[in-house]
Amino acid sequence: MTIAGKTAIAGVGATPFYRRGKSVPQTLEELVCKAIIAAVEDAGLTVRDIDGFAFYSEGFDTPKLMETLGIPEVTYTATLTGAGGGSAGAVGLASSAIVSGMARNVIVVGGTQQATQRFGAITSAYEATPDTSFFASAGLVGPGHMFALLARRHMHRFGTTREHFAEVALSGRRNAIDHPDALMKKPLDLDTYLAAPMLADPMCLFDFCLESDGAVALLVTSAERAADLRQPPVTVAGCVHGGDRDWGRSLYWMNMPEDAFVSSGNVPIARNLYRQAGMTPADIDTAQIYDHFTPMVIAQLEDFGFCERGEGGHFVASGAIRREGQLPVNTDGGQLSGAYIWGMTHIREAVAQLRGTAFHQVEGARTALVTGGPSSLPNSGLILRRD
Amino acid sequence: MPGPIAKRPLESLFELVTDKWTAPFWEAARERRLVAARCAACGRFRMPPTPFCPGCLSQELEWPTLSGHGRVYSFTVVARAIFPEMEACLPYVPALVELPDAQGLRLITNIVDVAVTDISVGAEVEVVWDERADGVVVPRFTLTASG
Repeated sequence: MTIAGKTAIAGVGATPFYRRGKSVPQTLEELVCKAIIAAVEDAGLTVRDIDGFAFYSEGFDTPKLMETLGIPEVTYTATLTGAGGGSAGAVGLASSAIVSGMARNVIVVGGTQQATQRFGAITSAYEATPDTSFFASAGLVGPGHMFALLARRHMHRFGTTREHFAEVALSGRRNAIDHPDALMKKPLDLDTYLAAPMLADPMCLFDFCLESDGAVALLVTSAERAADLRQPPVTVAGCVHGGDRDWGRSLYWMNMPEDAFVSSGNVPIARNLYRQAGMTPADIDTAQIYDHFTPMVIAQLEDFGFCERGEGGHFVASGAIRREGQLPVNTDGGQLSGAYIWGMTHIREAVAQLRGTAFHQVEGARTALVTGGPSSLPNSGLILRRD
Repeated sequence: MPGPIAKRPLESLFELVTDKWTAPFWEAARERRLVAARCAACGRFRMPPTPFCPGCLSQELEWPTLSGHGRVYSFTVVARAIFPEMEACLPYVPALVELPDAQGLRLITNIVDVAVTDISVGAEVEVVWDERADGVVVPRFTLTASG
């Protein structure tokens, strides 16, 4: 038994995207509800058709959403453990409910509002525990400080350079500049990149994703039912989450064996995802790669088999991830230059590409890879296809 | 001309909390001894210490005293304040230090008291001890003089 090919994303909805804190006085719950309403409308359904929720990263309050939106009954409400690593994987959670008959129309939703707590300093906001004592004492205030430790080791081991990181940032910015939904509109060149303040050496300002507000929701249903709905269905060819112990708590542990340390923790995800979808990296037409930090995009390109381990820097430097390249990546500007909604914009853009409605449309795109994370497990991956 | 010297991160970022599995590390630190958890049954090191050995599931732990010598596995330089209170502590250098006498186990720590530009991956380091106002003692590392 497998979920592969049995479900589809039939609706996508999003709020406008805002710079950090600028969505106030709207509440986060309100943003989430707006995205859900938009997603069901996009599918040609109503909120009353929703009977399930599949969340990640602690999710939202299902009964409050039901109370607010007038959803009469749910038969499924579940959350993947972990954080942003589960964004792509939540679609698999929804699919498992649908394939097993536990629900028919499942909402996957993510939303952020950084009015009070900046994600850039989130690790300093964790409650002190015996575990946090082993990294808090070193002054690792934000995730950027932690990922910088991984980035430097990748440079040391493989000769990856800041110019390689820059290419990820420049490519994303180029896609964002004229994209109607993207937040960052100022052109970015290599000189500007190299002159930017180092926030966590070897990572500079432009290696960090945005801090933004907004919400994105998806309506997941059976492939059969999706065929009768308003939009051309986008089939879930495969969706997996998890990871191995070598990666484990990763950032909060830092004792990954060397080969895992220089990865993004996605080798097991890639293996299981391609197997489930019956595809190989060569079958992927566009990839929407979770880009909280540029070096992690390079490591994911390696983990997902688009190039050899250690070759990610050269792969991006070749122009491969530009929108005219062999693997157009983050065609909406991604989280570095588009908006950071905890991985959800990547799924939205993949759906747009496969519907043929993307702003920077990849000619003839029939398959798209979406990744979540890299973070403390679970990591996750999703392959969508247009049938 | 040497660049700026690596300082220590803001003390208030860190509140020590322990449980029975982690307390021996911090108790030894008060005595200026660098220790690491080792499974008493199979000899496998693990940090942070957890209630079971992931190799053999034994709960017996030993805390051998280590030499305090290690190697920089990776590091970052924090030179910008995420919030204003950090300003006086910049720059500081979070680092992973690999401990050869603990099966290559890594500690998440800081490199201190040396020019930031002298720090490199693979550099030999040795432990130094920082006693805070609240009596908590924190192991940090500095470049070994001969290294």
